[in-house]
Amino acid sequence: MKAGIRISGFGGQGIILSGVIVGKAAVFDGFNVVQTQSYGPEARGGFTRSEVVISDEEIDYPKVESATVSIIMSQEAFFKYALRTKKEGIIIYDPELIPDHKIEGNFKLAEVNATRIASELGTKIISNIVMLGAFNEVCNLISKDAMIESIKDSIPKMLDLNLNAFEVGRKKVKIIT
Amino acid sequence: MTNEFIKLLGKKNLFIQGDEAAVYGALIANCRFFAGYPITPATEVAEGMAIWMPKLGGVYIQMEDEIASIAAVIGASCTGVKSMTATSGPGFSLMQECIGYACMAEIPCVIVNVQRGGPSTGQPTEAAQGDVMQAMWGTHGDHQIIALAPKSVQETLDLTIEAFNLSEDYRVPVILLMDAEIGHMREKVVLPEITDIKVEDRVPATIGIDKYRPYGTGFTRSSKVPEFAPFGSGYKTYVTGLTHDKRGFPVTTSAEVHEELVRRLIEKVSDDIDIIWYYEDSFLEDAEVIVVSYGTTSRPAASAVKMARKNGIKVGHVRLITIWPFNYEKMKDLLKNAHTIIVPEMNLGQMIHPIREIVNRDAKIISAPKIGGAIHTPYEILKIIEGSKN
Repeated sequence: MKAGIRISGFGGQGIILSGVIVGKAAVFDGFNVVQTQSYGPEARGGFTRSEVVISDEEIDYPKVESATVSIIMSQEAFFKYALRTKKEGIIIYDPELIPDHKIEGNFKLAEVNATRIASELGTKIISNIVMLGAFNEVCNLISKDAMIESIKDSIPKMLDLNLNAFEVGRKKVKIIT
Repeated sequence: MTNEFIKLLGKKNLFIQGDEAAVYGALIANCRFFAGYPITPATEVAEGMAIWMPKLGGVYIQMEDEIASIAAVIGASCTGVKSMTATSGPGFSLMQECIGYACMAEIPCVIVNVQRGGPSTGQPTEAAQGDVMQAMWGTHGDHQIIALAPKSVQETLDLTIEAFNLSEDYRVPVILLMDAEIGHMREKVVLPEITDIKVEDRVPATIGIDKYRPYGTGFTRSSKVPEFAPFGSGYKTYVTGLTHDKRGFPVTTSAEVHEELVRRLIEKVSDDIDIIWYYEDSFLEDAEVIVVSYGTTSRPAASAVKMARKNGIKVGHVRLITIWPFNYEKMKDLLKNAHTIIVPEMNLGQMIHPIREIVNRDAKIISAPKIGGAIHTPYEILKIIEGSKN
């Protein structure tokens, strides 16, 4: 098994932390994992992406070329990365952040209003965890237990709020195609 | 046997960044002094040291700049404490003068350089391998340093321990040449078993205080590395960047003293090249084409070589782990049967120069440079391998 997950958006959305949580969860599930990240010098704003390669074999090339799963949290990132998803791969996105999400091709699309759901739960900053809930629901890559374990291990504050965001993301994700 | 840091950390399986792995490796090797000036992409090394040093009774100090940082590291090491700094291109340039001082005064220290795009402040968050020649020749005058290039987070941890061991054994600055890709990459890391950890310490002075000469050798063994007496131990020591005699006192106009000293500084390392030159090879038996790589670039190179083998191309791979000193004899032997050598690097061609020196004239040498931040893809290297068949 080998899979590449690409999470993209802008600085401040927790894109890199999401990659770390997915990566660590995959380690808990016993996989070899490489997580990489790319961002500009800004503290907030600016283009950000994080990539996770998961394999049961040794991983040479650490980057994702065509993603098995794309998790996308900004319009710019959607234009840039949606098409760099594998055939029959999954694209998970927040439709309110990405009004223009028309895409041609053989992909499985899943929507979750992560930013709005996060605001309703109390704070926008947990929108990345809502996305991860959606990711865990629609993909069979990583076990739910490992994801929860990884969230607990990676987020020191407001743990209950984050675990709740994860659950709500799992429930509210809509598979479009 | 116990290791204070491993005991304190309390877990063995980790998912950490390359920068953190350099911190953990240093602390396992009993590094207890860190002075630095945080710089992207090496900031996480300073962060990690700031968190851990106080817990281990060590010292973390943020200096006013990189010149002061390396100077503080050298000073701390003079007292017998294993010391490290971490930086990236712009800071590494500032450190060059003091790296030469550490070579001349034979003060063990480890310098982590997490390379980013240059020259100057260049691309702070993007990876490069542009400091390869600078690592060897950045400081002036004839000298020899040791430089190691890890390809993964696990290897960063292992090689940081090794960097300290080599630095202590040879009393020479050792440069851990990482890059932004490995520095910020997270991977699964397993801490070594305590019984597998080898931690070396500089050979202490054992001779009577009245007979000790800080740069005399052979008092207790035959090596070209002098025994070390830390400041404050009662032994009389004297440290200078000027050419000095065995007492450590400046002798600046004697050709004889200068030649004996500078040759010894180089030979103490180069005499042991076969011991300290680490490398890996694969598929060399029948290889007509050989890819030579180091650091991060080795990963797409390994993928490309495996793909090309599947396509029936007789291609092999040599990965340099110790990049300085360069083992000319051994490399000549490894590459002797190839008609084409391919050298992918994240610079416009640096390590290709010593390789060009040793490859026989009939062989074709192809530089595969890539700059700007993205690492080579396996397909880019595969294309060059395929193109080199005839």
